[in-house]
Amino acid sequence: MHAVETRLDQPAGLRGRERRRRDDRLVGWLFLLPVIVGFIVFYAYPTVRGVWYSFTDYSLLNDPSFVGGENYRELVGDEQFWNSLKVTASYVVVNIVSQTVVALGLAALMHRLTRSVVLRATLLVPWLVPNVTIGLLWAWLLDPDLGFVNHLLGLAGIDATLSFTSPAWAMPLVALVNSWAYTGYTALLLYAGMLQIPQHLYEGAAIDGAGEVRMFRSITLPLLRPILALVLVVSLIGSFQIFDTVAVVYGGKPPIPEARVIYYYIYQQAFTYFHMGYAAAVAMVLVVILGVLTTVQMRMLRASRSDLG
Amino acid sequence: MKISRGVSWFALAAAVVLTVFPFYWMIRTALTPAADLFRDSTGLWPDNPTLINFARVLGLVGAEEARAAGGSGAQINFLRYTMNSLIYSGLIAVVQTFCCAMAGYAFARLRFPGRDLAFGVIVAALMVPPIFTLLPNFVLVKQLEILNTIPGLVLPSLLMTPFAVFFLRQFFLSIPRDVEEAATLEGIGKWGMFWKIVLPMSRGPLITIGLTTVVWSWKDYLWPLLVGKAESTRVLTVGLGVFLQQSPNRAPDWTGLMAGSVLSVLPVLLLLVFLGKRLVQSMNFSGMK
Repeated sequence: MHAVETRLDQPAGLRGRERRRRDDRLVGWLFLLPVIVGFIVFYAYPTVRGVWYSFTDYSLLNDPSFVGGENYRELVGDEQFWNSLKVTASYVVVNIVSQTVVALGLAALMHRLTRSVVLRATLLVPWLVPNVTIGLLWAWLLDPDLGFVNHLLGLAGIDATLSFTSPAWAMPLVALVNSWAYTGYTALLLYAGMLQIPQHLYEGAAIDGAGEVRMFRSITLPLLRPILALVLVVSLIGSFQIFDTVAVVYGGKPPIPEARVIYYYIYQQAFTYFHMGYAAAVAMVLVVILGVLTTVQMRMLRASRSDLG
Repeated sequence: MKISRGVSWFALAAAVVLTVFPFYWMIRTALTPAADLFRDSTGLWPDNPTLINFARVLGLVGAEEARAAGGSGAQINFLRYTMNSLIYSGLIAVVQTFCCAMAGYAFARLRFPGRDLAFGVIVAALMVPPIFTLLPNFVLVKQLEILNTIPGLVLPSLLMTPFAVFFLRQFFLSIPRDVEEAATLEGIGKWGMFWKIVLPMSRGPLITIGLTTVVWSWKDYLWPLLVGKAESTRVLTVGLGVFLQQSPNRAPDWTGLMAGSVLSVLPVLLLLVFLGKRLVQSMNFSGMK
């Protein structure tokens, strides 16, 4: 009440507006203060420092000493680095394709059959569980001697043992385990997108005699495209950051080369060999790859959006 | 082409079984005496169910008894790790959500020079993968001599993540201004507006982002592994990793590991039971990270 009176006392609105703008300036930065501090200390400063490290020789014990592009030169000839890139790329492909395809199917089924919250909550459970736990659980299920999955294979008369230590199966298994963990979550996101599709489109199509598969292909899929693209961008970036599962399924020991993903390689260089500078250079490569991928995908996303009008 | 409803329901049921069964197997193994495991690892229910595995990972039995039940004899205390995990994820979720809400509000509603530039810089940081800042942050925490302390563990994500700022700004932009305008006429200040009017109005999205943060920090492994590996600050995920490494020369202590795993699932499962409806229904593009 008091404030209103003061304002009435003032001759014109201009001064009041001026005062408010000045107030905002102070209040605005005060509101931002904790976030700005956190950002500068734990995001901006370490980013600059990380770039600097990538041009130094730094073992955590000595002071970083500038070596120019030496780390990057070494990287070009480093077979383990190229191998880790290759492993990560095939991991990402297997993981994203399997996860997205199954999630899309599940979402479509839920969309056409049920609105059950219990069902959705159940599918969300693996997403709530730490990757460390997921890794342990599947390391046990896929134990060569006592694992239940291998027991089932035996019952089915399949004479093969699935194991993380098999060079051929290591990477696909890690990818499928993570798909298992994130498919429900992805399905729920896609399902939420499907709920935005107007119901009458389906009713109309049903009257025209279209079957479910036809409806999925000509209504659901095209209208879901922008959301699908967004989900893909986010899962792709997440997928590149695979670490926990690999760190766990080999009993805490380093993974076999066929499963040594880039995150693990960076971790190993930094904290096993104390090549902090070199690790930073590898991490820089990852920054560039993810930057390019995000830009490309965002552009595709925008394109698909304008398509739909 | 037609797909019958029966086949569709069957596919959904299969997905549920595939989702739930591994967790059932986790519990089943946790209830199996370690000595029986070799003989009794395929039946759907253990022959001699026991709670000893839980007791020993919680540190409730002596070293001798734990060793007799299949442990390595090394001290393991999941009760403490659970506490640490709760502190770690709770502290981060509450403080981070609050600070990011303040910033999101300022970015959405207040006018001041430099605002859009500051926002742009923060959003640009979304492009930097966590491992890139993790290396220098580790060095920083080490230089500050707060390795293996709670502050060292939580500080890097305590005040903000670019995602939370972005998400909450978008949300505050989407709510109607009427209420705030009415409150301005009442002469309420910016802080009063935020604290008394905007925050209570925004409970839903705040809980959503808070829950997402709880889940993600609950799952954190690499950072707590590097910064809080000591017993006193060990969180559950790190505890499980350490436990796994304690039996290097023989088969892993699966029954104990599965008991520890159950403990890492239980709290988030409770979260799902009590807040599941909210979590599931609020899941649209907001929940993504």
